[in-house]
Amino acid sequence: MNREHRIWQWITHIIMVLASIGCLFPFVLLIVSSFTSEHEIIREGYSFWPKSFSLEAYSYLGGKLNEITRAYGVTALITIIGTIVGVAITAMLAYPLSRQDMPYRNLVAFLIFFTLLFNGGLVPTYLIYTQAFEIKNTIWALVVPGLLTNGFNVMLVRSYFASSVPTPVIESASIDGAGEIRTFFSIVIPLSTPILATIGLFQLVLYWNDWFNGMIYITDSKLYSLQNMLNRILTDIQFLASGSLGSNVRTGPMPSETVRMAIAVIGVVPLLIAYPFFQRFFVKGLIVGAVKG
Amino acid sequence: MSHSIADTSQDSVRRRGGRKFKRYGLLALMMLPGLVYFLINNYFPMFGLVVAFKDVNFSKGFLAGDWVGLKNFEYLFKTSDAYVITRNTILYNGSFIVINTVAAIAAAILLNEIKNKLFMRFYQSVVLIPYLISTIIISYLVFAMLSTETGFVNRTILPLFHLDEISWYNEAKYWPVILTVVNLWKSVGFLCVIYLASIIGIDPEYYEAATIDGASKLRQIRSITLPLLVPMITVMTLLAIGRIFYSDFGLFYQVPMNSGALYDTTNVIDTYVYRGLIQLGDVGMSSAAGLYQSMVGLVLVLLSNFIVRKVSRENSLF
Repeated sequence: MNREHRIWQWITHIIMVLASIGCLFPFVLLIVSSFTSEHEIIREGYSFWPKSFSLEAYSYLGGKLNEITRAYGVTALITIIGTIVGVAITAMLAYPLSRQDMPYRNLVAFLIFFTLLFNGGLVPTYLIYTQAFEIKNTIWALVVPGLLTNGFNVMLVRSYFASSVPTPVIESASIDGAGEIRTFFSIVIPLSTPILATIGLFQLVLYWNDWFNGMIYITDSKLYSLQNMLNRILTDIQFLASGSLGSNVRTGPMPSETVRMAIAVIGVVPLLIAYPFFQRFFVKGLIVGAVKG
Repeated sequence: MSHSIADTSQDSVRRRGGRKFKRYGLLALMMLPGLVYFLINNYFPMFGLVVAFKDVNFSKGFLAGDWVGLKNFEYLFKTSDAYVITRNTILYNGSFIVINTVAAIAAAILLNEIKNKLFMRFYQSVVLIPYLISTIIISYLVFAMLSTETGFVNRTILPLFHLDEISWYNEAKYWPVILTVVNLWKSVGFLCVIYLASIIGIDPEYYEAATIDGASKLRQIRSITLPLLVPMITVMTLLAIGRIFYSDFGLFYQVPMNSGALYDTTNVIDTYVYRGLIQLGDVGMSSAAGLYQSMVGLVLVLLSNFIVRKVSRENSLF
């Protein structure tokens, strides 16, 4: 290794370490603050190097376990349903479109594609979902509007089917007497697990993180997802104490500044723990999505 | 029923048609859920855009209001709102495009220089974390920094420089900077991954030849990496320009915690439409603003795609 090379290695590592710290330090502040005593936070503010260590925020939240579990349950439910149904609908729509012999395939593909160029926007969407379908304050409001995030996924899966599932394979299956449904499930799907897993992962993250649908369609706090609960608590910390989530547990005065941080920690840490396990697929998916776009 | 000579051939056509129907009927059935979904979720709202030309009256049913022509648009463009939200939307998204692209390319070039691939993947994963988390969590992180009474900036950083504390959530003038920084923090990782993939795809022989010719690293970046990245940069930038009328709603609504004092520098078309609809119940005005966004958005997407086609056909949307 020559000298220039070594200097470059040093510079790049230093800059990337700084960038990594830049990306992570807000999380550290959040986590450290949640373990600080309320008294110190009020006196000194949120800090990276607190003098005290305290679990009071978490013990307070322990009394709100029902509400937190409920919100987690709503999030888990909509994430599971939304991801499975979303991927299933996408694959079922994309497969016929990938078949060269499907009548009207170009017309249908165009109609799906057009939704990427033009959309009605929030107002008509909201009016139709609330007035014509009355999904306000139902669990459907959290699931339905995000099912096929956009036509883009359909196009992505369609081109994957078209290039990775050879037509002769489908034809020979048909000659051997396999029906369309059987061909789809026992040949097309197994050959396409990478792309389905990729869009599934993105769908999953989307549902897990979604707060928008809950914010516009849900006013009943029993149906709050985790993100909606966090959203509400950020602007109205008393919301947790008010018992409007249906709790009768007496918990005493709330250490509000640390509780705010602790509830955010409870909301984000599971995702951060899971991230190392799926980051490879996440990165791959981003590249597939952007490059093929 | 009359019989003719053509009967048999007609029959076979019908039978073939029947077989075709049977064959493709199942496939069509498979498509049904997705198509119904697009109909409800995308096409109904497109036709629902007519509410922008109506005086919506919920007691009559939301599509039954009287036609008012362009009244809603007149109201919208008579106020200064239309100007402010258009200005904010374009200025913010415009600077995001420039700043994020420059930062992402710099980070991608640096990452590519790192010889230890384990480290490279580690850094890449870390800078992507902000892109993974929800805007609500980001709002909490920003709050921990900027809260007036307990925030890290007011209580730790400003005292270091003997500066007075600032009521961040009440001072509109700071938010262009805050939102730009938060947006950079959130999305630079994503763009970096895209550009890094592009750089990795460059043929290593170029660099080997340049090294033999004695070109320095900086020279190689300037004369090989950047020129070969130009098509990708053009495409990504044009696609972003095509979406310049649409903003990241959460960034402009959640991160400033919907603080009214900040509207002058945080209100964009998306937040304006939302507040009009949900908080003010002014369907006419917000649907007019929404239609304005949809139409200009369509023109911009078509225009930018037209240019992408000229630059690099395989990257165009159509």
